[in-house]
Amino acid sequence: MASLGPAGSVVQIVAVPAARRRRRSPQRRYTVELLFLAPAMAYMLLFFGYPIVKNVVMGFQHYTNATFFTGVAPWVGVDNYSAVIRSAVFGKAAVNTLLFTVGSIAGQFTIGLAIALYFQRRFPLSGVLRSLLLLPWLIPLIVSSAVWRWLLDEDNGAVNQVLRTLNLVSDNPGWLTSPSLALTAVIIVNIWIGVPFYTTILYGGLQDIPEELYEAAALDGATGWKAFQHITWPLLRPAVNVVLVLGVVYTLKMIDIILGLTRGGPANATQTIATQSYHLSFVEFDFGQGAAMGNILIAISLVFAIFYLRASRRAVDQ
Amino acid sequence: MPKFTSKHAARLASFAATALLFALAACGGGGGESTGPSESVKSLRVLDYYTNEPDNSIYTKLLSACGEANGVTIQREAVPGDTLIQRVLQQSSSKTLPDVLMLDNPDLQQIAATGALTPLDEFGLSAEGYANGVVDASSYRGKLYGLQPITNTIGLFYNKDILANARVKPPATWDELRIAARQLTSGKQYGLAFAAPANYEGTWQFLPFMWSNGGDETNIATPQTAAALQLLVELVNDGSASKSVLNWTQADVNDQFMAGNAAMMINGPWQFPVLNQDKSLHYDVVPIPAPKAGATVVAPLGGETWTVPQTGNTTRQRKAAKIVECVNSDENQLLLAKERQTVPTRTALQAKFVADQPSMKTFSELVANARARTSQLGPEWPKAATKIYTAEQSALTGQASPAEALEQAQNG
Repeated sequence: MASLGPAGSVVQIVAVPAARRRRRSPQRRYTVELLFLAPAMAYMLLFFGYPIVKNVVMGFQHYTNATFFTGVAPWVGVDNYSAVIRSAVFGKAAVNTLLFTVGSIAGQFTIGLAIALYFQRRFPLSGVLRSLLLLPWLIPLIVSSAVWRWLLDEDNGAVNQVLRTLNLVSDNPGWLTSPSLALTAVIIVNIWIGVPFYTTILYGGLQDIPEELYEAAALDGATGWKAFQHITWPLLRPAVNVVLVLGVVYTLKMIDIILGLTRGGPANATQTIATQSYHLSFVEFDFGQGAAMGNILIAISLVFAIFYLRASRRAVDQ
Repeated sequence: MPKFTSKHAARLASFAATALLFALAACGGGGGESTGPSESVKSLRVLDYYTNEPDNSIYTKLLSACGEANGVTIQREAVPGDTLIQRVLQQSSSKTLPDVLMLDNPDLQQIAATGALTPLDEFGLSAEGYANGVVDASSYRGKLYGLQPITNTIGLFYNKDILANARVKPPATWDELRIAARQLTSGKQYGLAFAAPANYEGTWQFLPFMWSNGGDETNIATPQTAAALQLLVELVNDGSASKSVLNWTQADVNDQFMAGNAAMMINGPWQFPVLNQDKSLHYDVVPIPAPKAGATVVAPLGGETWTVPQTGNTTRQRKAAKIVECVNSDENQLLLAKERQTVPTRTALQAKFVADQPSMKTFSELVANARARTSQLGPEWPKAATKIYTAEQSALTGQASPAEALEQAQNG
């Protein structure tokens, strides 16, 4: 926003007659700038600031459904935080959140990058195929998770039937019913849903790399892996940064797929901080504890956001 | 072109701010026309969650008939079931609660505890002659807050052809259930299907086993509840029921039963219309097996209750109470029970109803001893319900023995 000021004044100096320019004091210009900023600031405060502040405050209150009618929410200090952290499911949910996020992003990124690199070469129907790849992203999450729930059914699911026909398994793996497999199954589905997003952004990043660089490198003998290492990867870094940070935030807060596939079961095997926060607020209607859980998630996201900001600032400095 | 000066900017900003405020005000409101106590009431707002057919048309018709009989028009709004409570909470805080509110019976005490509902005795309504469990669910701290016209519960459905071919009689005790389920399991066909997902549906299906054996939600770490859980664990472990029960909803269970993948299932009468679509499927219903021969089966009560929220306008509330009374009249209880495959809650009506609808005999009998989920814990029920399905899931996956699983969940 700071850069707008000087640029704006240049325009004014050109447009405003000399007589009026002398009358305009710096104070007045400051007011005008502030007024231009006001709508954006009001919007931010109302729709981003207020909910976050409200959520933080709620985390310190005994906020139940009675609060909605009476407006009374007694202050309980850190009771909500100690209750959610001490609950039996918290440790498991925290570990699951970590595994789910790392697993999903590693898979989504690797596959997304591989597909993006593949489509860098043009071949017949490559445009059609590339748009078809977007499909998982376009299907509503509630629909795709319902379909995957059928596909992964233990007895009659298509996945197990294929595996059996190929003689890859002797016993039906309980993708969604075995505590040791369920998280893996949920991660696989999430990877399937997330790949188009990674492909799209990374493909965009690849398009920005000038073709001449590869030609020049080829003259020097750098092709294949060497070209990727010294040209593609360094120049793709900005796109990689963006996609990873967005990916982390989207994955941390993901609840639809988990609720659709396993509802956090079996035996809390797929419970994450996000699903637990949803459960506390909207199933048990303990909004105070739900907010406390949600705030823990916001704090984790914030750490990633700070990393991202520092990383991108360093990139600019370089 | 006019120049964009500071004056313009200021005017624009104040205009934007005003527009925003109006937009917000419009979001909050919801047609809260306030008539003074002396004015006559012309229309009433009703909120329920019957969005699916045929229920949607059934209630539209019933409510408008009740409105007509009381000289008011009904503005009915139906929202999806899982969003009803959120809607009610929004309306509580913006003081735009409807005149008549329908609630799922286990939610009534939570909402009554917030102070958003009016005790019905203020309008001369009483639940005399209603099944005890139904009255429990609609009462909070000794006061009646809702009237529930019809109820339902769950029973044991069985495929007549499969059982006849295997020469197996419908089981009446737990031992018989285990033997029958094992005998009926062959190839792709499981003996029994039930729902044990990680939500309240899992709890709901476990309750008849827990309660019939003397288990109690105030403390689930008891030998009685452990024995009930042990039964389900054994059914899954010996292969008589699929491990998929951990992820099945009651609708999934019904699909499995219809596809012939299960010879018996635990489900409710709301599946009748779906089951009857398949003319080649012959089935019948018996009560859920009791722990021992002759023991009483205690099933959980389902169904919705009708309440009058605190809108602060007694004239409208009195009219709203008339609508609640009309929905619960003998005539309408029988009508709703017939059209929605449910059981009238006034016990005196049940004999006549069963004579009319023989397929509802088992469920009518079960309702006499059925229990409300909130009868003991009231607004604290959701926490207990979470503990129950958590324990069930951890025992069925073999993570802990039934007794350990219940102990862990109770101390959660």
